[in-house]
Amino acid sequence: MIPAAVGYVRADSVEAAVAALGEHGDEAKLLAGGQSLIPLMRLRLARPSVLVDMGRANDLRGISVDGDTVSIGALTSHSDLEHSAELAAACPLLAHVASQVGDPAVRHRGTLGGSLAHADPASDLPAAVLALGGTLVATGPGGSREIAATDFFTGFLESALAADEVLAGVRVPVSTGGWSYQKFNRRAQDWAIVGVAVAEGGAGVGLVNMGSTPLRASAVEAAVAGGAGASDAAASAAEGTEPPSDNNADPAYREHLVRVLTERALVAAGA
Amino acid sequence: MTVTDTPFAGGIVGEARLRKEDPALLTGEAKFIDDLDLPGALWVACVRSPHAHARINSVDTSEALAVAGVVAAYSGEDLADTWVAPLPCAWPVTDDMKNPAHFPVAQGKANYAGDIVAVVVATSRYAAADGLEGVVVDYEPLDAVVSIEDAESDRVVIHEDLGTNVSYEWPLIPDPEGVDAAFEAAEHHITETYVHQRLIPAPMEPRGVAVVPAPHNGDMTLYSSTQIPHVLKVMAALTLGVPEQKLRVIAPSVGGGFGCKLNVYAEEILCMALAQRHGVPVRWTESRTEAAGSTIQGRAQRQTIELAADADGKLTAVRATLLADMGAYLQLVAPGVPLLGAFLYHGLYDVPLYSFTCKSVFTNLTPTDAYRGAGRPEATYAIERGMDALAVAVGVGADEIRSRNFIPTEKFPYDSPAGLVFDSGNYQPALDRAKELIGWDARMAEQAERRAAGSTTHLGLGISTYVEMCGLAPSRVLASLNYGAGGWESATVRILPTCKVQVVTGATPHGQGHETCWSMIVADRLGVDPDDVEVLHSDTAISPLGMDTYGSRSLSVGGTAIWMATEKVVEKAATIAAHMLEANPEDLELTGGVFSVKGSPDAEVPLAGVAFAAFTAHDLPDGVEPNLQAQVTWDPPNFTFPFGAHIAVVEIDEVTGAVDLIDYAACDDCGNQINPMIVEGQVHGGIVQGVAQALWEEAVYDEDGQCRSANLADYLVPSAAECIDMKLDHTVTPSPTNPMGVKGIGEAGTIASTPAVMNAVVDALRPLGVTGMAMPASPMTVRRAIEAAGGGAS
Ligand SMILES: Cc1cc2nc3c(=O)[nH]c(=O)nc-3n(C[C@H](O)[C@H](O)[C@H](O)COP(=O)(O)OP(=O)(O)OC[C@H]3O[C@@H](n4cnc5c(N)ncnc54)[C@H](O)[C@@H]3O)c2cc1C
Repeated sequence: MIPAAVGYVRADSVEAAVAALGEHGDEAKLLAGGQSLIPLMRLRLARPSVLVDMGRANDLRGISVDGDTVSIGALTSHSDLEHSAELAAACPLLAHVASQVGDPAVRHRGTLGGSLAHADPASDLPAAVLALGGTLVATGPGGSREIAATDFFTGFLESALAADEVLAGVRVPVSTGGWSYQKFNRRAQDWAIVGVAVAEGGAGVGLVNMGSTPLRASAVEAAVAGGAGASDAAASAAEGTEPPSDNNADPAYREHLVRVLTERALVAAGA
Repeated sequence: MTVTDTPFAGGIVGEARLRKEDPALLTGEAKFIDDLDLPGALWVACVRSPHAHARINSVDTSEALAVAGVVAAYSGEDLADTWVAPLPCAWPVTDDMKNPAHFPVAQGKANYAGDIVAVVVATSRYAAADGLEGVVVDYEPLDAVVSIEDAESDRVVIHEDLGTNVSYEWPLIPDPEGVDAAFEAAEHHITETYVHQRLIPAPMEPRGVAVVPAPHNGDMTLYSSTQIPHVLKVMAALTLGVPEQKLRVIAPSVGGGFGCKLNVYAEEILCMALAQRHGVPVRWTESRTEAAGSTIQGRAQRQTIELAADADGKLTAVRATLLADMGAYLQLVAPGVPLLGAFLYHGLYDVPLYSFTCKSVFTNLTPTDAYRGAGRPEATYAIERGMDALAVAVGVGADEIRSRNFIPTEKFPYDSPAGLVFDSGNYQPALDRAKELIGWDARMAEQAERRAAGSTTHLGLGISTYVEMCGLAPSRVLASLNYGAGGWESATVRILPTCKVQVVTGATPHGQGHETCWSMIVADRLGVDPDDVEVLHSDTAISPLGMDTYGSRSLSVGGTAIWMATEKVVEKAATIAAHMLEANPEDLELTGGVFSVKGSPDAEVPLAGVAFAAFTAHDLPDGVEPNLQAQVTWDPPNFTFPFGAHIAVVEIDEVTGAVDLIDYAACDDCGNQINPMIVEGQVHGGIVQGVAQALWEEAVYDEDGQCRSANLADYLVPSAAECIDMKLDHTVTPSPTNPMGVKGIGEAGTIASTPAVMNAVVDALRPLGVTGMAMPASPMTVRRAIEAAGGGAS
């Protein structure tokens, strides 16, 4: 498919990106790894007037651990997350989930910030950040603000970011308790039909592809907190979800899967 | 295999040589259509109907013409005078077959989502795409016919002038009373119905066309990513009224076809017409999403198979009834696809009585046509699934029911109940070897253990034994099936003055490795280095005669022509060598590139000396023409009949329904092998493509006829990650039909693997009461089948 004509500017820092958004207005779009945006443009479902390419904003790339907190720049690629020894030690769930995204080519280009900002309910990483109780850092013309992951996903492909804001980074707590990510798909490279991310033995549970946004399975978390076993806790995994229907699964089958996968994830996480 | 069975003595044939094609392909040096540099070319973009069935009230191109870079835009009406004939269907299987007129750009009505309704011509691919948005078409949507059952009912007649959606009915029932009597007398009467979902062929390179006209002398060169430049030349000349001698067709590097490029497509004829009209080069490259709707699709049949058997499970009759979906129009060979399976619904079993009937209908979906195996995977699927059902009814194993019914080796050549002569076969050893490779007894024991332990991870074993007919085809047989062309192949072998060799073939490789294999055949005989043999192909100016590549024909038909042309050249060279050595040609032998006189070791002349002497022509024997060159066109007397046994092992998670293919063994017999590495590659790819039909691939349509799997995220072509190590071996039963004793192997894997996997899936779930399974066996489908049978742990 052939995209429509588009303008292009480079923004090599977060400040430059914010400035470019201000200059080019609503129809400008940030370009990170391009793994979600470019396909939409090729189908002409997205038609930005200007692309603000952050590909070389190196200040937004990198993983650092400070005390109880892991800070990750928005431009950090899935592959960098997957292969970081530091992340594997401090937050193995996130490193593992990153390794389950798409295929190696996608993981080398796609970024954590792009995955979160795109707010696709079928994406893997948002569910992990939800389960971990992460915090997102947004930078706009007036400076930076923090947004809790639970408040970030506001609708289908919609986030709490303002049009002139850039997602600069993500913070998650160091998390080495029992964890698991159950991704159910038909081919290794595919998006999840349903996915369940469990952190800290079930204290945090994030769901993939079970509604219009990445979801937190609050009922499961509550049950685990209340001492329920994996099987009982998982029974409420579909509560409050509105699963979509597609070639691979109808809503009823997704509800079945989310219960099965949640139970498996809780067991694997030692709940 | 005994040594005397092989006609090859040069030590080259039979080696696993690396492919000479690969360096250019791997480095990007090879040029595909989209790589062609054509200065000044105009780009074509097609406006395609978004509706599966709609009247076209009007087409307004004025806004498109205002887009920067757009040179022209045309509706179907604008171009109506351009076509001398509709797009061709070369296989009118019956005299009364209904064939709707099909033009490159639809007029009045669009009959599937993807039907071209207008075309934009622009200075760049981007401008052409922008121009598409400016074409305003006023559609009046009509009810769409998307299922074959709905089509058959004629609730909505798609092509009003035909009066029905039924294109043809084709029966093959040599002895109807005999069949009825056999079913009446049968101890076991199995009736099974299977559906072959539509498949989207997904070669790495989608289609593409580029046409370069020479307006002043009337020449035209058509570049197309096609399997059939030769057939295309004839058909394009007829469709457009271009003088055939002025038309040159070139298939540059072609990135796979699997049958979908065995066609004459609207875009090819359209680009030719536009190049003529504009007097400059015109090009079009298909996008992946476009390919999902506008390239032919495969399979799309519903089949009912009935088996009559005695108390021991010995088959007494087979009856197959098909309903086949042609899609909206008849593409090049679509009506014949079911016929390519029509003779094989009894598989490799010795069955006295046979009945086959096919009814083919139109739907408002993308046209179907040949896809790897074409008719034979469908036939094999029906009989092999049916045999498993019979085994259960009789109470014997899936291996035993097959062994009881194999055509006995001593019956070859075997007169089949459908009227073919199977030239050779030896089936039991292939099954024995496949069982050995997979560790049949151990796997059966493991299955029993799991069942006894109440495991929810079920193990299933599936056998598929197959025979197929390929090497298309004896021209007289094609005539009897009403096919519009012959089945011969042509070859020229030319020894150049410096003893390097050119081989010209009418086969059209698009990934198979013909250059490697053809040069091995010639080098083996001549005693030269295979790298000194250049294979020329796929350009009608260089290789004017050919019937191209499909139906596992290239080696057994085209390769045989090369073998024969080589023999002919050797004969001529021997005449010259004899003259040089003052000996009799009959006393000469050619070994290691040297002619010597039998019994006189010192009297010898190298082939190189003969080649140069043939070039200078200073001293040739009387009546011998200069140069060493021979041309042969070979029409095979019969098909070839490869066979084999495949076994799949799957694990199924009862809770989710997920099917995991965990082991696979295959023992195939394609006769003598030219290059075992290439054979293995064909088997690997073929198996994966067949497994894909069983587990992953399906063109999904909604009730409005919209394709819901139009990209590679939704259409699940397997990747390397889904492939497992396969345990492969072969037996060698040379075909007596050609001098090299070779058979086809390009389609065998695809033919065999689908039923092997599906038999394994059903076998795994039989204890849960599951007796059938739709394809693809997706997790949801499997889970639903388990639930419907009343089982299913959660
Ligand atoms: C073949 C394929 C398979 C895939 N499979 C999976 C999968 O299995 N699981 C999965 O989770 N994902 C999958 N993806 C998506 C992939 O993970 C994307 O990389 C990711 O969703 C988006 O990241 P990106 O950096 O590519 O963002 P882009 O495509 O560049 O941008 C996406 C959107 O986010 C915005 N954006 C990007 N960065 C920022 C920022 N810092 N601040 C504000 N807005 C921003 C952009 O403007 C755009 O709207 C797949 C993609 C492909 C092409």
